[in-house]
Amino acid sequence: MEIVYALAIGVLTGSGVWLLLRPRTFQVIIGLSLLSYAINLFIFGMGRLTIGVAPIITTLEPDPSLFDDPVPQALVLTAIVIGFATTALFLVVLLASRGLTGTDHVDGKDEDEDEDEGEEPRA
Amino acid sequence: MNSWLEHLPILPVVIPLLAGAGMLLFAEPRRTARTFIALGAALANLAVAVALIVVADGGIPDIWPEGVAVYLLGGWQAPFGIVLVVDRLSAVMLLLTAVLALASLVYSLARWKRMGPHFQSLFQFLIMGVNGAFLTGDLFNLFVFVEVLLAASYGLMLHGLGTQRVKAGLHYIAINLAGSLVFLIGVSLIYGASGTLNMAHLAARVPALPEGDRILFEAGAAILGVAFLVKAAAWPLNFWLPSAYGAAAPPMGAVFSILSKVGIYALLRLGALLSGSSATGAPVPFNDGWLFGIGMVTLALGTAGMLAARQPQGLAGYCVIISSGTLLAALGLGGDGMKGAAVFYLGSSVLATGAFFMLSEMIERTQRFGDNIPDEMNDSAGLDELPDPSRPDEVVGIVLPAAMAFLGLSFVSCALLVTGLPPLSGFVGKFMILSAALAVPEVETVPLSVWALWAAILGSGLVGVIALSRMGMRLFWRSDEIVTPQLHLTEAAPVAGLLLLSIALTAGAGPVTDYLALAEKSLALPQTYIDAVLATDLLSPTAGRVKGTER
Repeated sequence: MEIVYALAIGVLTGSGVWLLLRPRTFQVIIGLSLLSYAINLFIFGMGRLTIGVAPIITTLEPDPSLFDDPVPQALVLTAIVIGFATTALFLVVLLASRGLTGTDHVDGKDEDEDEDEGEEPRA
Repeated sequence: MNSWLEHLPILPVVIPLLAGAGMLLFAEPRRTARTFIALGAALANLAVAVALIVVADGGIPDIWPEGVAVYLLGGWQAPFGIVLVVDRLSAVMLLLTAVLALASLVYSLARWKRMGPHFQSLFQFLIMGVNGAFLTGDLFNLFVFVEVLLAASYGLMLHGLGTQRVKAGLHYIAINLAGSLVFLIGVSLIYGASGTLNMAHLAARVPALPEGDRILFEAGAAILGVAFLVKAAAWPLNFWLPSAYGAAAPPMGAVFSILSKVGIYALLRLGALLSGSSATGAPVPFNDGWLFGIGMVTLALGTAGMLAARQPQGLAGYCVIISSGTLLAALGLGGDGMKGAAVFYLGSSVLATGAFFMLSEMIERTQRFGDNIPDEMNDSAGLDELPDPSRPDEVVGIVLPAAMAFLGLSFVSCALLVTGLPPLSGFVGKFMILSAALAVPEVETVPLSVWALWAAILGSGLVGVIALSRMGMRLFWRSDEIVTPQLHLTEAAPVAGLLLLSIALTAGAGPVTDYLALAEKSLALPQTYIDAVLATDLLSPTAGRVKGTER
């Protein structure tokens, strides 16, 4: 399970970083979303992976190996909420930028597009 | 009485939160109500910050004898619950934030708040985030408060819109979102390795970590340090700053000058707490070697940028970078008295850059429209200026006489403060850093790094004088083209207030340095902080009873 989990995080992070470095705002926002998925999984993994155990301690002197760690779950929840809100805000700024500059390039101008982005179809 | 005083540490978070949320209940046209709430909150914030300065100095020995005020949220004891901690360093940072917030708020009343909805609420939430980041005692809440202040700053950054602002804002948001993700990786790695997020608990636990976990912990700390360095605008992670701060509305630029100090504060706090974590001191980015180099390059870059800047506000942005670079280099060099000196310099430079941002906007009004603005700014300037219903011609407040004299005098004072020339507090701060640097070696010869710091700080001061005097000549000594602006009292007063405060800081440098020396001493002995956080028991009687029954 660990190897699948780690690979999933790796693939998401790799794709996210690649997209983040692209010149189009939409690619950047998708990259940021993928990265935040990867990091949510990563936080979750930092609480150690377990199957079929509850994060609620029910006995007075518990054996920690029988329970899941509740803290990363709380952290992930917070991180998801914050990530969602900031991504939504970024989306608005993206649209505003598109409306004001007439291009979806992150720098707000398309001059060097022909060298960098020759093959890609224009919007 | 005492039971109320116990809640003092939470007030810097609660006051702006309630004020920011409460003013949403008043409809947007009712500006007076919102303005009164905002001003009241800012004043209350200032009063609480002053009270906390006294508390951190051991002023209320009944409750907090050590001067480390610990507040348990929800009454849960430290490693399990969330804590807020006030010691001298946090108290100083809170006071600085409160002063700057009040000044920016008063400045913004004149005209900038009209430029968009919910300005006042966002402003309060920004203050809440900054205060919370200075208060919190655990890493994840540091993340949450940093996100609160960033989310508010995104809104404020875009305040007034315009192409230039949206373009700069897009970069600012993207880099900060990426920075937040890095922050999360660092925090979760540290949690995975050490099993705790409470900073005091972490400091107590790390020395006992087994070898394998220690490597993970060090990696986590390094990644976390990168996130702090992004916030602190350290090279090579600071290319977003000049355009973002230069494009933001001026009163926002003024508050933003404390945002980069949140990163410095976090580095300082964690570096002090983790200094006992291993034989080699704090983990990598928090210890001496790296910060020094990063700080020196940041300083050099900021200095070069200052020469290249053409707009007063852009220049102010580079002043923020220079101040970050100086602080990082000074903290990286370390030594006796260095942290106190660095915090003094931090305070002085935050006041100076804050005043400079506001001043730059007033100065720009003296230039004829479209003059002095580089080509790429023109389109945004057009968008900014035209829809603004309250050009300074429409007088709302009291108009200040002798506007040009005031602007010139303030500009000179700002220049003196920023470059660190006598007689103002910028000089005192830089002098303290330089003399603390010389005090470092126990050996006979002064190491090369000290000379490098001397050269860099003095050199950047010289270049700053050149850049600022060139700017001043270009702005003020063109009598034929200058438009004498009408300044409102509410615009001039905050700038004058901040500048007078730095004069007061010069005159009262003695008591302030004494306080900061004590702050440094308590940073050097993190055990007091750790004990205070971990030993603080449940405060309220009912919570104590619950605990008793459990036993």
